[in-house]
Amino acid sequence: MSDRRTPLDLVRAEPGPAYTATFDGREIQVLPGQTVAAALWSAGVTSWRTTRRTGEPRGVFCGIGVCFDCLVTVNGRPNQRACLVPAEPGDAITTQEGTGHDELR
Amino acid sequence: MNSAEHQDLAVIGAGPAGVAAALAAADAGARVTILDSAPQAGGQFYRRPAAGLGARRPQALHHAWGTWQSLNARLRAHVEAGRVRHVTDRHVWFVERLETRFTVHALIGPEQTEPDTVTADAVVLATGGYEKVLPFPGWTLPGVVTAGGAQAMLKGGLVLPGRTAVVAGTGPLLMPVAAGLAAAGATIAAYIESADPKSLARHASTLVRNPAKLAEGAQYGAALARRRIPVRTRHTVVRAHGTGRLEAVTVAALDADGRIRPGTARRIPCDTLAVGHGMLPHTDLAQALDCTLDGVNVAVDDEQRTDVPGVWAAGEATGIGGAVLSRAEGEIAGLSVAARLLGAAPDPRVLSAAESVRTRLRAFFAAIDTVYAPPAHWAESVTDDTVVCRCEEVTAGEIREAVDGLGAGDLRTVKLLTRAGMGWCQGRVCAPGVAGVAGCPADTARRPFARPVPLDVLAQPGNPSRNEASHD
Ligand SMILES: Cc1cc2nc3c(=O)[nH]c(=O)nc-3n(C[C@H](O)[C@H](O)[C@H](O)COP(=O)(O)OP(=O)(O)OC[C@H]3O[C@@H](n4cnc5c(N)ncnc54)[C@H](O)[C@@H]3O)c2cc1C
Ligand code: FES
Repeated sequence: MSDRRTPLDLVRAEPGPAYTATFDGREIQVLPGQTVAAALWSAGVTSWRTTRRTGEPRGVFCGIGVCFDCLVTVNGRPNQRACLVPAEPGDAITTQEGTGHDELR
Repeated sequence: MNSAEHQDLAVIGAGPAGVAAALAAADAGARVTILDSAPQAGGQFYRRPAAGLGARRPQALHHAWGTWQSLNARLRAHVEAGRVRHVTDRHVWFVERLETRFTVHALIGPEQTEPDTVTADAVVLATGGYEKVLPFPGWTLPGVVTAGGAQAMLKGGLVLPGRTAVVAGTGPLLMPVAAGLAAAGATIAAYIESADPKSLARHASTLVRNPAKLAEGAQYGAALARRRIPVRTRHTVVRAHGTGRLEAVTVAALDADGRIRPGTARRIPCDTLAVGHGMLPHTDLAQALDCTLDGVNVAVDDEQRTDVPGVWAAGEATGIGGAVLSRAEGEIAGLSVAARLLGAAPDPRVLSAAESVRTRLRAFFAAIDTVYAPPAHWAESVTDDTVVCRCEEVTAGEIREAVDGLGAGDLRTVKLLTRAGMGWCQGRVCAPGVAGVAGCPADTARRPFARPVPLDVLAQPGNPSRNEASHD
């Protein structure tokens, strides 16, 4: 059985060369066209934010830009929806704590 | 960067409905601009992998791919001939009505800080819908995703959130999601449907008039059986477990009244839960234009016209019913716009094919709707410590206190007392959950804008912030 096949196998993807971004300082490989959320899922990461009130971890929920659960900091800009924003070569993606503006308080 | 060119028609949304509307209107000679937030046309149903991923067989993730290929070819031909402009990455936050014209206000994505506007004589709202998920303990854990969201991430980014998934909730969308995840390499540990699809048999006469829909369902059923996916109907997810990440779910059987049957709870290890309880239409733009709603849907007449002159609506914004119905409605809207712009009524002969598809499928989805309702007593298993409003982290206990202790009797009061629905998503996700837990009717909240708008965009001269301040 071809059970451990991947989504890339399924559609016979021949992506352009992967590039590097970082998540909390660790290098991750990103395929061209993937959103920040897709890149993080590929790297085995499913949470990249903590909530303001109780500090609970969150990641993708709706996947289409409606719920705002997937907020993340990209290159120092907080509150980006990871499911919408394309990942770019060299992006520094970091876990967003609370509002992402805590240092301004 | 303003798209100064004035157009006959602006279509908002490039899913099956919007593309069909644009094609029908352009075929009849209208000049059309389609604005869509996505980088490619297709909407939710025909979402494709990003171009850079080089998918050779995108159809492996799709049903009726040939239909999309021909729609897309027609769209490209119109774009090349200059009859249709397709502007991608435009997040429309407001449509402004000025005398007989409309200004469509958008933000350029993905950053959504730069504005763009399009003016047109008529507008088709084809904004589709989004998934409804009712709360349960553990539903905020990473690894719990909406069923459509799992599908969207798979179709668009070619990724899975984990290796072992449970697909759960209610409604026909769960079938393509389970089949898609399985085909892409995930193990589906269980398929949990709270309804009893056998009761569809009561609607036999509607079903036999929709053989294509029945065949589609049978195809998915066969795909699930071939992969030996355990299917449980009249079951529900009771709780998601894990610390920091989903590790398992507990499912249980439902009795005939939709209550959990004691002693039937079973724990299933998994790292992904794809869950959905049906769909809700996107109605923000329509409501801001003062279009009347019919329940949760934008109300339209036989020509897909709303009650605001110059504004049409098509597809799931006017009621949930899948891609084929959305396409038929879009086509009717496009034909109607083209005729009405010339001051004529549309030719009944050119409408009739799409009209009969619409009639047949609306009846089909009305039957589907009665069968796939969430379990009647779902709110009883929402524990007091369950977060119901995900953005503001409002728990069921706080909502119950607002109702029982403070006397709140409607969603608006619950919202003011607890902040449920006041966060980033503006209640789009939590409204049905809050209403259910509070035991009050789920009203359709009015949101001034369909997207969060940066203040410097609002402050620019000519933007509708001042008029809008007069809305409630
Ligand atoms: C996440 C998700 C996944 C789905 N997957 C499937 C599936 O696999 N199989 C299936 O049978 N059905 C699926 N559906 C159901 C699907 O909604 C319909 O079958 C069909 O796509 C509806 O067509 P539509 O044209 O009405 O809307 P959509 O296809 O939803 O198209 C609406 C378009 O409008 C755009 N839009 C919305 N608001 C704005 C705005 N303010 N500004 C700019 N653009 C905007 C959206 O980005 C989208 O491209 C899914 C639904 C969702 C929500
Ligand atoms: S996952 Fe919902 S907005 Fe990104």
